[in-house]
Amino acid sequence: MKVEAYVLLFIGAFFGLVCATYWFLSYETSGTLMLLGAMLLGFFPGGYYFWWSRRMKPRPEDDPAATRADGAGVVAAFPSTSIWPFVLGMGAASIGLSLVFGLWTATIGFVLGGGALLGVIRESRRGGTI
Amino acid sequence: MTIAADPTVVLAPVHEEEHGPTGILKWLTSTDHKVIGKSYTITSLVFFCMAGMMAMVMRTQLASPDNTLVSQHLYNELFTMHGSLMLYLFAGPFAFGGLANFIVPLQCGAPDMAFPRLNALSYWLYLGGGTIMVSGFLTVGGAADFGWVSYAPLSNATNTPGAGPDMWIVAILLTGFSAIFTGVNIAATTFYLRAPGLTMFRLPIFTWNMLVTAILILIAFPVLASAMIMLWCDRHLGTHIFTVAGGGVPVLWQNLFWFFGHPEVYILALPYFGIVTDVLATFSRKPVFGYRGMVFATISIAALSTSVWAHHMFTTGTALLPFFSLMTYLIAVPTGVKFFNWIGTMWRGSLVFETPMLYAVGFLVVFLFGGVTGILLASPPIDFAVHDTYFVVAHFHEVLFGSAVFGGFAGLYFWYPKFTGRMTREGLGKASFWFMFVGFWITFVPQYILGLHGMPRRIAEYGQGTGWQFLNRISTGGAYLLFISVALTLVNFWVSWRQPVAAGDNPWDAHTLEWGTSSPPPHHNFYWIPPIRSERPVWDYNHPDHTTLDGHGAPAATPAKEPPTVASPTVGVAPASPDDGDGAAGGTAE
Repeated sequence: MKVEAYVLLFIGAFFGLVCATYWFLSYETSGTLMLLGAMLLGFFPGGYYFWWSRRMKPRPEDDPAATRADGAGVVAAFPSTSIWPFVLGMGAASIGLSLVFGLWTATIGFVLGGGALLGVIRESRRGGTI
Repeated sequence: MTIAADPTVVLAPVHEEEHGPTGILKWLTSTDHKVIGKSYTITSLVFFCMAGMMAMVMRTQLASPDNTLVSQHLYNELFTMHGSLMLYLFAGPFAFGGLANFIVPLQCGAPDMAFPRLNALSYWLYLGGGTIMVSGFLTVGGAADFGWVSYAPLSNATNTPGAGPDMWIVAILLTGFSAIFTGVNIAATTFYLRAPGLTMFRLPIFTWNMLVTAILILIAFPVLASAMIMLWCDRHLGTHIFTVAGGGVPVLWQNLFWFFGHPEVYILALPYFGIVTDVLATFSRKPVFGYRGMVFATISIAALSTSVWAHHMFTTGTALLPFFSLMTYLIAVPTGVKFFNWIGTMWRGSLVFETPMLYAVGFLVVFLFGGVTGILLASPPIDFAVHDTYFVVAHFHEVLFGSAVFGGFAGLYFWYPKFTGRMTREGLGKASFWFMFVGFWITFVPQYILGLHGMPRRIAEYGQGTGWQFLNRISTGGAYLLFISVALTLVNFWVSWRQPVAAGDNPWDAHTLEWGTSSPPPHHNFYWIPPIRSERPVWDYNHPDHTTLDGHGAPAATPAKEPPTVASPTVGVAPASPDDGDGAAGGTAE
């Protein structure tokens, strides 16, 4: 987990430096704010990983000498099939189209999106395909 | 389904089919990263062909002075949609949606992406967005016609009214969110789903580059999405964010857009750098030269690329010239490191010039020239002289064609056997490459000269007296060669579909984990994973005598000149060997 943390922290530190330099050279607001955002994007997850990396045992994937037996156990849960991403995607497209053609397409979109939400919850509770 | 890595799990038969829907329902409901990756690849290639046809029409229009093949208005729509389709719907999604979706979990030794349903949602947002963007042509006023950069105030409701531009905005929003979700997925997969022993510094360079690309996506695309929402508000809600009349600042659009736009160029380039690195190492039969240098160079390029956005705005008079010029020059350093390492990887290797290798070497040449002209443009005096001329058009086509098409086709030919279990035909592939390589120079070198002669970009006509006809006609001829090249590749895929030749698990004798499973891989990817003790686990397993650099000159399993008709002798799926004492990592349970 340490390498992951260092990569993100490096990105945060780099953008912090660039952000400060840019601000004092230009006093231009929009670019400075965007660089500040990029800095936080490095520091938030990077800090989280760094905090954890000091408090956990190295995972098998962080150990150069790990054998496959070290990784035995449940990896994760993966759904095999699900129609709901498709329904949600089409719903999102309909909601997007309401920015062009008016609110009526958003109605279709919210029906599809709401349906997809219920569908995913049911699917997850039933557990059949999870 | 739960994936148990239990050593006692009985290994399933090699070609066990996934139990689930078939036919169209499979493509609609699958959350398998391989199915989604294929969907992405096919869809993005369709958009690539559409955008390519638009380019053919534009080049034909420009072949003669005062040509009237298309109207000014249609020409504006064509160059806008050509750029938008190529950049938003082909070059990015082909890399991080298509190839990365398919390959990153395999290279990590993972059963799937970290969030499979989110991954499927990404694809449907992308397809929905792409369809909406192209549908702009069906509206009364036509598709968006303000260029792929959509500069304010040209893009406001007065200058470009109609549904087409609005559909373009919606499409960018949808595909932008699709990219963000894919970025999250790729980062989570590389952070959390690597196989035991696969430390970060053993990941293949392709996966490293995709991880860095994912981080770049997370920095850049939210800015684009917010800019699009502001643009829509300006067009419909009466806000004046980008119009001077209401107290807004038009150049703010350029700041927001290029803060996305320049990292976007590297979002479109870094994945292809990764492909080329893997291809060069495989076909040189050597490990990647300077592996860590490559990783650090990738991270440096990504970081610097987010600090150079205003070099697109030198002529606005609002950019901090010395800062952005210096930062742009600095990018040449890590890129130079990469070139040095690519050459080092090939140096004294036993090179095999199969089609993917040809495309990879073609990438090196083309991208190098594109990069050098980029260094020229980083100098404000030169940029002031050639801004908005064909010099810039030629420069970014060289960079992006070099990466997304040469690099992309290298990856497509390289992983096609893994995608489909079939070989492509070498003859057709090589013919396709040479048409592309020759056609490329004929198309774009005249455009550099035209730019130096002052031909502006985005013009539908030029007069007789300008003297631009000869070079334009040569450029159009080159574009037709590119058309033939892409057609040959499509024929190649058609032939391999109609008359399949089995690829075997590892037809190129490649190094990385994706070549350690069957072609195409089974559901949840691996029945067995070789021990991971370096960044080349499959090579180490197949060539235990050649794990160091010595002896790499003579590969033990010579890749067949003709596509093999039987499964390759190199090991892909094999029972767990008793000597390494650890069992299956990816057996399926339940």
